[in-house]
Amino acid sequence: MAKATNTEIIDLLGEKFGEQLFDVTEPYGLLTFSTHKDKVITVLSFLKENGKIDFNFLTDITAVHYPEKNQIAVVYHLHSMVSGVRVRLKVFLNENHPTIPTASTLWNSANWMERETYDFFGVKFEGHPDLRRILNMDDLGVHPMLKQYPLEDPNRVDKKDEYFGR
Amino acid sequence: MKHNQPVYTDNDPQNELVTLNLGPTHPATHGVFQNVLQLDGERIVSGVSTIGYIHRAFEKIAEHRPFYQITPLTDRLNYCSSPINNMGWHMTVEKLLNIQIPKRVDYLRVIIMELARISDHIICNTIIAQDTGATTTFLYLFQFREHIYEIYEEVCGARLTTNVGRIGGLERDFNEIAFAKINKFLKEFPIALREFESLLNRNRIFIDRTAGVAEVTQENALSFGWTGPLLRATGVDYDVRISEPYSSYQDFDFEIPVGTSGDIYDRFLVRNEEMWQSLRIIEQALDKIKLEPKGIFHADVPEFYLPGKEEVYNNMEALIYHFKIVMGEIDAPKAEVYHAVEGGNGELGFYLINDGGRTPYRLHFRRPSFINYSMFAKMSEGMLLSDAIINMSSMNIIAGELDA
Amino acid sequence: MSEINIVDAPPGIEGSGFFATSLDKVIGLARSHSLWPLPFATSCCGIEFMATMGSHYDFGRFGAERLSFSPRQADLLMVMGTIAKKMSPVLKQVYLQMAEPRWVIAVGACASSGGIFDTYSVLQGIDEIIPVDVYVPGCPPRPEAILDGFGKIQELVKNESGRKRYSDQYKQMLASYGIE
Repeated sequence: MAKATNTEIIDLLGEKFGEQLFDVTEPYGLLTFSTHKDKVITVLSFLKENGKIDFNFLTDITAVHYPEKNQIAVVYHLHSMVSGVRVRLKVFLNENHPTIPTASTLWNSANWMERETYDFFGVKFEGHPDLRRILNMDDLGVHPMLKQYPLEDPNRVDKKDEYFGR
Repeated sequence: MKHNQPVYTDNDPQNELVTLNLGPTHPATHGVFQNVLQLDGERIVSGVSTIGYIHRAFEKIAEHRPFYQITPLTDRLNYCSSPINNMGWHMTVEKLLNIQIPKRVDYLRVIIMELARISDHIICNTIIAQDTGATTTFLYLFQFREHIYEIYEEVCGARLTTNVGRIGGLERDFNEIAFAKINKFLKEFPIALREFESLLNRNRIFIDRTAGVAEVTQENALSFGWTGPLLRATGVDYDVRISEPYSSYQDFDFEIPVGTSGDIYDRFLVRNEEMWQSLRIIEQALDKIKLEPKGIFHADVPEFYLPGKEEVYNNMEALIYHFKIVMGEIDAPKAEVYHAVEGGNGELGFYLINDGGRTPYRLHFRRPSFINYSMFAKMSEGMLLSDAIINMSSMNIIAGELDA
Repeated sequence: MSEINIVDAPPGIEGSGFFATSLDKVIGLARSHSLWPLPFATSCCGIEFMATMGSHYDFGRFGAERLSFSPRQADLLMVMGTIAKKMSPVLKQVYLQMAEPRWVIAVGACASSGGIFDTYSVLQGIDEIIPVDVYVPGCPPRPEAILDGFGKIQELVKNESGRKRYSDQYKQMLASYGIE
């Protein structure tokens, strides 16, 4: 099957969702668009099951923190193995109440990806079967990938700033 | 039985199940994974995986390091095949900076990536053999990893965590000794690999232990996000090298082996065949390099390519560029880019967001081991404990990549 | 003539039909060539340890052929790889389960000092939780370096006084790690 083009996908999605999808760009040929969080599951399941261009494969879920905008973006990468195209879907959430419906109803792989995103960013995936921390210790208390938290362990006493020129 | 909490101790005297805490330092698991299993005799009723025992915060570190300092981090993701990770990262940045790489550099990169794939598959397949009781094959084939390491040493000086290459090309050209060693490896390894196959492929004990064990359907594998040899063993012919060729893979003639049932035996055969195909690719690359102009080992992009130290000390221009690159004053577009390479275990993706600063704004690794492993506990249900152990070996879960 | 080398006898007094030396030296000699290592391999250095165990470098030449995955039977704890904070209670428990006399070797930069991973999740060197006898630098160390570190452990074992483990100094050292 020939590779589907991004315009085909944009037409297909525009027909179905219209104004619900916005910020459509193509950085380095990868079609990127955003949607609202209450629409995300509809959009994802349409992409997965539309029959024309099947985005059968969930490549990745992650998040990005934008503290100056008070936002956390949840980023989905989907891949259509048959048509050979990828799309990127973004959902911007308020950083104070980062909740979004879970995609683990559509793909089993979303389970751990969402747990990782929860662990790092504190994004709560509603309806997730088992939303626990996955990589960090349960008693860490913070979501370390948020920009306000430092890389180094703040409890270290042996590392004096004067030796590091700061 | 609920899946959301690990069962640590079972105080119910009426309970006929046994709780086994497999890991994090169990001798049968190669790496630090914990699985709390409920056993009915030798059969697993349910399991809960706990990971994160070597979580090292790669993504957080990456937000504090300039591009060229992230290469050593990628080494330590899948440390069985570091060069693939290094190259994947370089190619991601090159994609961001729109750098065109000369063909010769592409081919040199292909050689080292395919060597890395062989060394990765050697570990996995010999460990499967080891866990089914065939230690000899482990000791026999493992020494060829040493030969691959010797080639790495000629190319970059390091053995395991190679940090090979630079953004824009390679750090140095392959020398004559490296080519001689690659040719020697191409001569010697097929003999050993053939012997390895003849020891195991039709071995009754090995087949009994692996064939029909841990079968996976294509639907399940895709739903759980499997990629790489595991997915191909179920019969899906997805390989990033074919579907989105990078580093001039489209110039090469090679085949993608697929299995039928996704069981451990199929995974073993797929990996073995991939080693043969890798050897084919390396041979072709060596031939193609002869046709390319000699001595080119990086693209002509002085504003992005970190110059060698002898250049920096003797050449004003190189010194300026060196300063600019190290201080992060390169002119990188503010953009986001996703680039995937076919790692030893599957699709290794880099999702990079650049905001024009010295360091990436965000760098996310799509780590195949992490995503492949999420099925393990579910798969183990109903399986014999001894089969689950081989199943884990055959998934080739690398702890560094799993926990990032 | 056999080509097998055997170790030299420890210094002592030799005469017709007898050989006298101190018990410490004999025990040290025997122990140092039959250490049972417990490979606590977590990450990259573990792969280099596999190379060390493999046929090329053959760790077994030094009397450490028999890996003991049970801490109860192990003499030498070889910590190879990054120890995250999540892992540190496990490591400490493994150390506590080992019987005296026990030795610890920290292989690689991560185990020795945290290495390049100066982050919130990584223990900055295992010597924060357990005492270490020998550090092997490198990221990862070459198999030769691991063998050299093992040789250093053998020297320590050979020359250890039989009373060391009962001394107040040793007990104080353990107490400083919170070990009774």
